[in-house]
Amino acid sequence: MKLSRRDFTKIGSKIVIGAATGPVIIDALVKKAQASESSPDGDYDWNKHYWGYVVDTTKCIGCGRCANACKRENEVPFDEPVYRTWIERYRKLKDGEMKIDSPNAGIDGFTDDIPEEEINKAFYVPKICNHCENAPCVQVCPVGATYTTNDGVILVDFEYCIGCRYCIQACPYGARYFNLEKGTADKCTWCYHRITKGLLPACVQACPVGARKFGDLKDPESIVNKILDKERINVLKPDLGTKPKVYYLGLDREVR
Amino acid sequence: MESLVWGYVYPNEAEIQWSILIVLYPYITGLVAGAFIASSLYHVFGNKEIKPVARFALLTALAFLCVAMLPLLAHLGNPLRGIEIMFTPHLTSAMSGFGYIFSFYFIVVVLEVWLAFRVDIVKTALNSRGWKELLYSALALFSYDISEKALEADEKLGKKLAIIGIPSAAFLHGYVGFIFGGIKANPWWSTPLMPIIFLMSAIVSGIALLILLYLIVIKIKKYPLNYNTLYSLAHYLWIFLIVDVVLELLEIISMKYEALEEIEIIEHLLAEKIAFTFYGIQLTMGALIPFILLLLVGVMKNRDKLKVVMVTISSVFIVIGVFAMRWNVVIGGQEISKSLAGTLTYEPVFFGQEGVLLAIIILILPLIILRVITYILPPWKDMIEENEEAVVSSE
Ligand code: SF4
Ligand code: SF4
Repeated sequence: MKLSRRDFTKIGSKIVIGAATGPVIIDALVKKAQASESSPDGDYDWNKHYWGYVVDTTKCIGCGRCANACKRENEVPFDEPVYRTWIERYRKLKDGEMKIDSPNAGIDGFTDDIPEEEINKAFYVPKICNHCENAPCVQVCPVGATYTTNDGVILVDFEYCIGCRYCIQACPYGARYFNLEKGTADKCTWCYHRITKGLLPACVQACPVGARKFGDLKDPESIVNKILDKERINVLKPDLGTKPKVYYLGLDREVR
Repeated sequence: MESLVWGYVYPNEAEIQWSILIVLYPYITGLVAGAFIASSLYHVFGNKEIKPVARFALLTALAFLCVAMLPLLAHLGNPLRGIEIMFTPHLTSAMSGFGYIFSFYFIVVVLEVWLAFRVDIVKTALNSRGWKELLYSALALFSYDISEKALEADEKLGKKLAIIGIPSAAFLHGYVGFIFGGIKANPWWSTPLMPIIFLMSAIVSGIALLILLYLIVIKIKKYPLNYNTLYSLAHYLWIFLIVDVVLELLEIISMKYEALEEIEIIEHLLAEKIAFTFYGIQLTMGALIPFILLLLVGVMKNRDKLKVVMVTISSVFIVIGVFAMRWNVVIGGQEISKSLAGTLTYEPVFFGQEGVLLAIIILILPLIILRVITYILPPWKDMIEENEEAVVSSE
């Protein structure tokens, strides 16, 4: 490829503009975040939104940045085997066997421990709480500490949870864990503290290939709706009737 | 670590959430329900052969009921908030009714005990002095009417209570089964048969426990053994055991026959993880052997000594077998991953909040409580009186 001088200056000026505007945008976002932080309710109206999430498994490269970002953003104990999101690796071997793993939730990436010649196909599947519309974890909580917000997010009230762990048993997806420090159940919140300020969940933000997408189901123009309108999608364990709001593209039948 | 996990389990599943304490909880409530129903065999259904142990069975139910809450509370991450289940129950939860059902049942059992022992309490109150008089007067609620009429009223009320008591015992325990049976996320738990299986095994374990405690009392107090009572209990034990085992087998057989998606992992669970506790202890030791022994007890003539040994062995095996059943449900269900692609292993710890030591203490506690209660409200004369009658009638 040959670059003319004009092209070069074009690209150059784009970079310069990009570099200049980037911080401005970030600045604006931060200011907005700070503004809504100082007034607890802010101008966020939870009746106006209904959140949804799309995972494009065909894009995921298994780098683990999302899971890493999540642990840092949400202060999930780093050295304990508890995770709000994780990446599974599926490898179909030539002999027909399906090898599934997720070492340390994929936070440190994956190593090639099986020679390539033995593998037929391989793919990654990011997992996260599905914020089920018909959430069994909410159903079974004996005190109502796990609840659904008006904007469709499933949260745990740490001041209220008695720590019976019934919800952990009831979640079909292994999305919940026990927080030893708090003595309560814990799980992904879709970064509720961020999305109510107009930011993306940390995992979505961190994904370098756009395998994770987040948006408002009430907004016909949102990226999630655009995908749902166009693509063939699936959810995890649809037969359980939990109605997940994490939608998958390219979901293999072996994924559960 | 590698040997503990097989296949793929979700990263969050590395730890087993419900420990041995949660095995104890359905076990203990089961013993309560079983002992209570055994006592109703006399109190409600008027089976005279059970009379010598009927009140003792009630006290046994009460003693175990006193500790039934403990394993749950000890297990909570925030035990002090446990009371919220009473104040702000979330009604879609199978667990939320626990506080109410438990309290209601507790009141029923206490009232029933009180009515069953009222005459004794009043008599003791009238015939003693000092602190003893005070204690028993208080227990009698300072009402000393034991006229014929009052006693009749007592008996009627007692019967009514017991009639309420049976469904609530059934409910208390069937409901514990539903806590597991209603979890669709777990294929090993999710079955509508669970409540009824829990209930039947509860009755079985309660009767077996009662037999053992009765035999122990007889030994310690050197009372003559009432064979009619023992055989009658053994007979009921046998019947309920059959129902229980039929249901348990039905569950497994239909699971295997329907062979849904989860069958592979369940086969793995049965073959690799709980083969010994399931086939060995729960089914062979806890069901098959007692079934044969109790059948023999039913058909054999004379040879009382041998039959007592067989009933004793059956009861011991059943009490252990039902514990294994609870274990296989609670722990077994958690040893399969909800990914349906792997299994994990529960490793009990000895000390600590969820340890085996605490479990043992919680299991011994009701026996101590029972000793104290029977000291205050001795049910022993039932065992002797009835025996004399039996001896007289057989002459
Ligand atoms: S994925 Fe699990 S934790 Fe999340 S809403 Fe559904 S049942 Fe609840
Ligand atoms: S652990 Fe907490 S949030 Fe989960 S069911 Fe129990 S009380 Fe509810």
